[in-house]
Amino acid sequence: MTAEVLARLQFAFTVSFHIIFPAFSIGLASYLAVLNGAWLWTRDGRYLSLFNFWKKIFAVAFGMGVVSGIVMSYQFGTNWSVFSDKAGPVIGPLMAYEVLTAFFLEAGFLGIMLFGRTRVGDGLHMLATFMVAFGTLVSATWILSVNSWMHTPAGFSIAENGQFVPEDWWQIVFNPSFPYRLVHMVLAAYLTTALVVGGASAFQLLKSPGHPVSKKGLSMAMWMLVIVAPLQIFAGDQHGLNTLEHQPAKIAAMEGHFESHEGGVPLVLFAIPDQENQELDYALEIPRLGSLILTHSWDGQIPALSEVPREDQPPVWIVFWSFRVMVALGFAMLGLALWGLWARWRGWLYSDPWLLRACVALGPAGFVAVLAGWITTEVGRQPWAVYGLLRTSESHSPLDLPALTTSLIGFVVVYFFVFGAGTFYLLRMMRKAPDTPRLGLRDGPIRTAGIMPGPAQTPENRSD
Amino acid sequence: MFGLELSFIWAGIIAFAVLVYVILDGFDLGVGILFPLAGTEQDRDVMMNSVAPIWDGNETWLVLGGGGLFAVFPLAYAVVMPALYVPIILMLLALIFRGVAFEYRWRTKRWKRLWDFAFFGGSLVAGFSQGMALGGLVQGIEVVDRAYAGGWWDWLSPFSLLTGLAVATGYALLGATWLVMKLEGGIHDRMRRVAQPLGLATLVFLGLVSLFTPLQDDVYFQRWFSGGSLIYSIAVPVLVLLCAAGLWKGLRGGGDHLPFFSALGLFVLGFIGIGISFYPMIVPPSLTIVEAAAPDSSLGFALVGTVILIPIILAYTAYAYWVFRGKIDPSEGYH
Ligand code: HDD
Ligand code: HEM
Ligand code: HEM
Repeated sequence: MTAEVLARLQFAFTVSFHIIFPAFSIGLASYLAVLNGAWLWTRDGRYLSLFNFWKKIFAVAFGMGVVSGIVMSYQFGTNWSVFSDKAGPVIGPLMAYEVLTAFFLEAGFLGIMLFGRTRVGDGLHMLATFMVAFGTLVSATWILSVNSWMHTPAGFSIAENGQFVPEDWWQIVFNPSFPYRLVHMVLAAYLTTALVVGGASAFQLLKSPGHPVSKKGLSMAMWMLVIVAPLQIFAGDQHGLNTLEHQPAKIAAMEGHFESHEGGVPLVLFAIPDQENQELDYALEIPRLGSLILTHSWDGQIPALSEVPREDQPPVWIVFWSFRVMVALGFAMLGLALWGLWARWRGWLYSDPWLLRACVALGPAGFVAVLAGWITTEVGRQPWAVYGLLRTSESHSPLDLPALTTSLIGFVVVYFFVFGAGTFYLLRMMRKAPDTPRLGLRDGPIRTAGIMPGPAQTPENRSD
Repeated sequence: MFGLELSFIWAGIIAFAVLVYVILDGFDLGVGILFPLAGTEQDRDVMMNSVAPIWDGNETWLVLGGGGLFAVFPLAYAVVMPALYVPIILMLLALIFRGVAFEYRWRTKRWKRLWDFAFFGGSLVAGFSQGMALGGLVQGIEVVDRAYAGGWWDWLSPFSLLTGLAVATGYALLGATWLVMKLEGGIHDRMRRVAQPLGLATLVFLGLVSLFTPLQDDVYFQRWFSGGSLIYSIAVPVLVLLCAAGLWKGLRGGGDHLPFFSALGLFVLGFIGIGISFYPMIVPPSLTIVEAAAPDSSLGFALVGTVILIPIILAYTAYAYWVFRGKIDPSEGYH
C-alpha cells in the first residue's frame, strides 16, 4: 500500500457513496415539484398524498447527500493537494459557483418546502419546491463541468509554477465532453428515481392491491421510464462517440480492443481481459457490430490499446466489465418500460404480479448503473487526473501512511454504519402505504393492509 | 497592482464567509452541544425544530469557505488541508453524525437515543475540531516548495486544545442564547440559567486565547502592540466589554433577543482580532495573501458572480429566517 493507492481508495469510496444520493435526489426533487404542481392544478388528493409521502423520503436522502457532499468538497485538499494547487485556478471557481448558485438555493428553500406550506401559502411553497429542484439541476451542471474538464481539458495555459491558468472560461465550462456527460447523468438521475418510485409503488400494490395512491405512483413512474430509458440509450451512444474522439484509449478498454481487427471491430459480449498479455480470453463476439456502433460503418477502425504505451493504459478489466454492467442494466430498464407499456394497454399494469415483482427487482438498478457508469468513466481516465497532462500518481498529498489508513478505516466504518441505517429507514418508509401519517416514529395506529382511504379523509386537512 | 487588489478583496470575502459560517452554524452546533440538558422528550423536539429548517443553509457557508479557498487561494487550500488533516477529517465525520440525526431521530423508536447522542456528540466534536484547526493555523504551518512539510500531529499543542475548548464553549453560548430567543416555558428558563456560566467561560477563554496568541509568533506581537494597530488593540477589548455587559444585562432579565446578539458580537470581535493577527498572511508564517492567490483570470471570473450572488443569497436566507421567525410552536413540524 502506498499513500497514493490509499488516497485513491478513500476518494473513490467517499465519492461513490456520495453519488448515490444525488442520483436519487436530483430526480426526486423534480418529481416532487411535478406532484405539487399537479396537486395545485387538479386538486386531486392522490397527488398530495404522494407529495407528502415522497417529501419525507426526500428529506432523509437529501440529508445523506449533504453530509457526504461536504466531505467531498474537502477531499480535494486533504487527498489531492498537488492536484488542487495546480488545477484549482480552473476548477475551483466552477465549484465556487456551484456553491453560490446551487447549494445555497437548495438549502435556503428546503426548509420552506419541508416545513413551510402553512406559513407561506401554496404559491410560495410551490416556488420553494421548484427552487429546490432547480438547485439540484444547477448543481449537477457545475460539478459535471468540473469533472468533464478533467476528462477533456480546454481553454487554459500552463504557468511556470505548474498551475493551469484559465484563458477562456467559455471553453472551460463547455469543454468537449460536458454536454454529453450532463445529459447522460441527468437522465440517469431521472431513470434512477423512476425505478425507485416504481419499485416502491409496485411493492405497495403487491401488499395492498388496488391502493389508489400507489397506482398513481406506479403509473407516473412507468410513463417516465418509457420516455427516459430509450433517450438514455441514445445519449449513451452519443457519449461514447464523443469519448472515442477525445479519449480513444478509454473506448478501447471498454471494448476490450487490444489489437486492431482487419475488416471491422467485433462487438464483444463476454470475455476476460488479460492486460498482462494484452489479449482477450474466452471472447464471445459478434463480428463487425462494434464498427457499426462506433463508426457507423461495417469496417470502420478504432484505435487499439496496442497503440497506447503500457504505462498510459487504463486498467482494462474494470472498465470493460463496469461498462457491460451499465449497458446491460440500460437494456433491462428498456425491457421493463416496454413490458409496462404493453401491460397498461392490456389493462393489467397494476395487477400482474410478475410485472410488479420485476419493478421491485429493478428498483435499485439505477444506482448500480450509475455507479458502474462512473467507474467506467473514472477508471477509464487513468492514469491521468487531468487527461494527458497531470498524472494521478503526481496529484496526491504529502501525507503519511498511518494518517491515511486511519482516516480510510474511519470513513468505511462511519459510512457503512450511518448510511446503512439511513438506507434501512428509507426502505422501511417506502414499504408503507403512501398515506401513513408519520412514516416511522410515532406512526398512527397501524392499519391493516388493503384498507382504502375513505372519502371522508380529505387530504387538505392533514398537516403532516 | 490590480491583481494585488483582487486578492485582497477575495481575502475579505473568504473571511466574511467563514465569519458568517461561525456565527450561524455556531448557534446550531451549540444547540446540539446543549442537547443533553433538555429535560424532556418534548424539549428535545423543540430544540431541534428551532434549527431544523435552517441548519443546512448555515452549513453551506462552510462549503463556501472551503470551496472559495480552493477557487481563489488554491495553494493555501492545498497546504492547509494536509496540515490540519486530523481535525478536518474529525470535523467531517462529526458533521455526518449530527447532520443525519435531524432526520433519523424521527424515523426510529428503538435507536432514537442513539441519534440524540449522535446529534450531541457530532456537534461537540465538530465545534472542538474547528477550534483545534484554528489553533493549528494560528501556530503556523510549515511550507516547503508549495507543499506542507510537517507531520500529521504538528497541529496538536496545548494552544490548539485551548482554542478547541474556547470554540466549543462559545458555540454552546450561542446555542443557549438562541434557545432563549426561540423557546418558551421551562426549557427557556433553563437555557437562560445555563447561558450565564457559559458566558463567563467564553469570556475567560477569549482572554486566554488573546493572551497566548501573541506568544505564538513575534509577528503577532508586533502587529498588536506597535504603531497604527495600537488603536485596535484598545478598541477591540473595549467593545468586548460592551458586548459582555449586554450579555449580562440580557441574561439577568433583559429581553430575549439581547443575549443572542451580544454573544454574536463577541464572536465577531474575536474574529476581527484573529484577522488583525493574520494580516497580510493567509497561512502564517510563510504564505501571504498575494503569494497564495490564483491567477487574475480566476479571481476576476469568480468575483463577478460572487458580488452579484452573495447579496441575493443573503436576501433569501434572511427571508427563510423571517418565515420561521418568532417562538417555536411545539406542535409544528412535518415529521
Ligand atoms: C451529478 C450530480 C453530482 C455529482 C457528480 C456530484 N454532486 Fe455533490 N451534490 C449534488 C450533485 C452532484 C446535489 C444533487 O446537488 C446534492 C445531493 C444532495 C444534496 O444535498 O445536493 C449534492 C450535495 C453536495 C454537497 C452538499 C451541498 C449542501 O450543503 O447542500 C457538496 C459539498 C457536494 N455535493 C460536493 C460534491 C463534490 C466535491 C463532488 C465531486 C466529486 C460531487 N459533489 C459530485
Ligand atoms: C444502455 C446504454 C448505455 C450506453 C451505451 C452508455 C454509455 C456510456 C458511456 C460510453 C459512458 C462513458 C463516457 C466517458 O467516460 O467518456 C457512460 C458513463 C456513464 N453512464 Fe452510461 N450508458 C448507457 C446506460 C446507462 C444507464 C442506464 C445509466 C444509469 C441509470 C448510465 C449512467 C452512467 C453514468 C452515471 C456515467 C458516468 C458519467 C458520465 O460520464 O456521463 N448509463 N455511459
Ligand atoms: C460522483 C460520482 C463519481 C464517482 C462514483 C467517481 C468515481 C471515482 C473512482 C472510482 C475513482 C478512482 C479511480 C482510480 O483511482 O482508479 C475516482 C477518482 C477521481 N475522481 Fe471521480 N467519480 C465521481 C465523480 C467525480 C467528480 C464529479 C469529480 C470532479 C469534480 C471527480 C474527480 C475525481 C478525482 C480528482 C479523482 C482522483 C484522481 C484520479 O484518480 O483521477 N470524480 N473517481
